[in-house]
Amino acid sequence: MDKILTRMGDGSLIEMTFGEVMDDIRAGARDAAERADVPFLSEAEMKHIFEIVTTPGNAVGVRLGDEIVSTSDSGSEKLSAYCMIPIEKSVQALIHERVLGGDSVDIGFADYNYKTVKGVAEREANVLRNAVERAVMPIFYGAMTNLGFYTYPDGPVPNWAELLPQGKIAEALKAQEDAARHAVRDIVYVAERMYEAGADGFNLDTSGAAGDADFLAALRACEEITKRFPGMGVEVGMAGEFVLGMHGKVEYNGTRLAGLYPHEQVKLVEQAGASIFGAVVNTNCNESFAWNIARVCTFIKPCVDAATIPVHANVGMGVGGIPMCQTLPHDVVCKADKILVEICKIDGY
Amino acid sequence: MEAAHALAAGMGGIRTAGDLVLRMQLLRKMKLDDAKKFVAEKLGVTLQELADIVTMTDVRANLGIGVQQPFNGETAGMAAKMKISELLGIKINSVERFKERAGII
Repeated sequence: MDKILTRMGDGSLIEMTFGEVMDDIRAGARDAAERADVPFLSEAEMKHIFEIVTTPGNAVGVRLGDEIVSTSDSGSEKLSAYCMIPIEKSVQALIHERVLGGDSVDIGFADYNYKTVKGVAEREANVLRNAVERAVMPIFYGAMTNLGFYTYPDGPVPNWAELLPQGKIAEALKAQEDAARHAVRDIVYVAERMYEAGADGFNLDTSGAAGDADFLAALRACEEITKRFPGMGVEVGMAGEFVLGMHGKVEYNGTRLAGLYPHEQVKLVEQAGASIFGAVVNTNCNESFAWNIARVCTFIKPCVDAATIPVHANVGMGVGGIPMCQTLPHDVVCKADKILVEICKIDGY
Repeated sequence: MEAAHALAAGMGGIRTAGDLVLRMQLLRKMKLDDAKKFVAEKLGVTLQELADIVTMTDVRANLGIGVQQPFNGETAGMAAKMKISELLGIKINSVERFKERAGII
C-alpha cells in the first residue's frame, strides 16, 4: 500500500496511506462544516487538497500570476527576539523588504500588547519613523488587544476568570466591560502616536484572545482609529476561528459576539472600518496536516466569499494548518499556502 | 518561515509589485484581483508581468519607485514612496507625515 510522509499538527512526521489522507480531509472538513454551519467542501476541492498534500517533495508553489501579498504580526521583532541576531527593529523591517521579499511588515514591541506599548509609545514611534523613512513597502505598527493584561494585580479591574468560579457573574461581566474600555483608550492612544510617526497601517492582532469582550475592544478601537486617522488602514487579525463567550452578552452593532465564526467575524470587522481581515483557524496538534488544512479551508472559504474587504489567512505557528512548533517545517508551510490560494482564493496571508 | 511563504505564494514585495498591491488593499480595501488590476494598469504592465521579478525590476527602476538593489543612484526609501504616491494617485501616510515634518506642505 502506498504511503506518504506527512506531519501531525504538532509537526511530528507520520506515515499515512493515501486512503488515510483522504479520510482525514473529509473528517477535517466535516468538523468545520458542522461547527460553523457552513458548506462542506466539494469532492473536487477535497481531491485538489489531496493532490497537494500528497505531492512529493519539500516545496510546492502557486501558478505564476496567482501570487498573493503578506502582512505580519511582530514581524520586525523575530530576527532579534527569536533568532538572537542583535539588530534593531527598523533594520529588521528593511531586511524583510530587501532580503525576505515581504510585501509589508509591522513594527512591534517584544511584549506584544497595547497596554504595555502605551508606556513606551513615543520610543516605539521613533523606531517606526526610522523604518518608514527608509522603507518603500508599507510599514504597520502592531500589537494585541489582550484584555487579560487589564486584571489585578497588574491592571485596573478584577480578574473575571477568578470571579466567574465564585459565582460573581455580574462582577465578572462588569470587569470585562471595564477592561474593554481601558483597552480601547490605550489602543487609540498608541494609534495616534503611530499615525503621527507615519505608520501606513495599524494591526490589531490576535483579537478575541481573551474572549468576546476582547474582540469588542478591537472593533471599537478600529472604528475610532479609522474615523480619526484616515490614511492609516487597519488590519484586524483574530485569535481563533471561534469567539469565546467569556462574557457572553456583549454585542457590536446589534450582533452578539460570542460564538461567531470567520464568515461572521469579517462582517463586523468591515462595519468597524477595517481594511484587511486576518482570518484565523487554530491547529489541532492531535490531528494530521491533511485533517487540519481541510478544516481550515472549510472555515476560510465562506469567509472569503462573504467578505468585501481583503482576507489575509493567518498562516503561522499553530494556525492556518501550520503545525504548533517553534521552528516550522517548510514542506507544510508551502503546501498550506498553495491550498489556501487555490481552494479559498485568499487575498493575502 | 517568511522565506517558505515568499517562495510558495508571495508576490515578493518590491522585487515585483507586492508592496503596491498591498497599499491598494490597505488604502482602498481592494480585494486581491482588483488591486492587482489597478496597479497593473497604472504601471502599464500585464497581470503576469506584475509578479515577474525581471520585468518589474526594470519597470520600477525606470519609474523610480524603489528596487531591491538600488544601484547607480536609483531611487530608494522616502523618495520612492513619494513617486508611488503620485503614480497610484494615493495619499501615503508615511509620506504625508514626512512632508509635514519637512515643511513641504
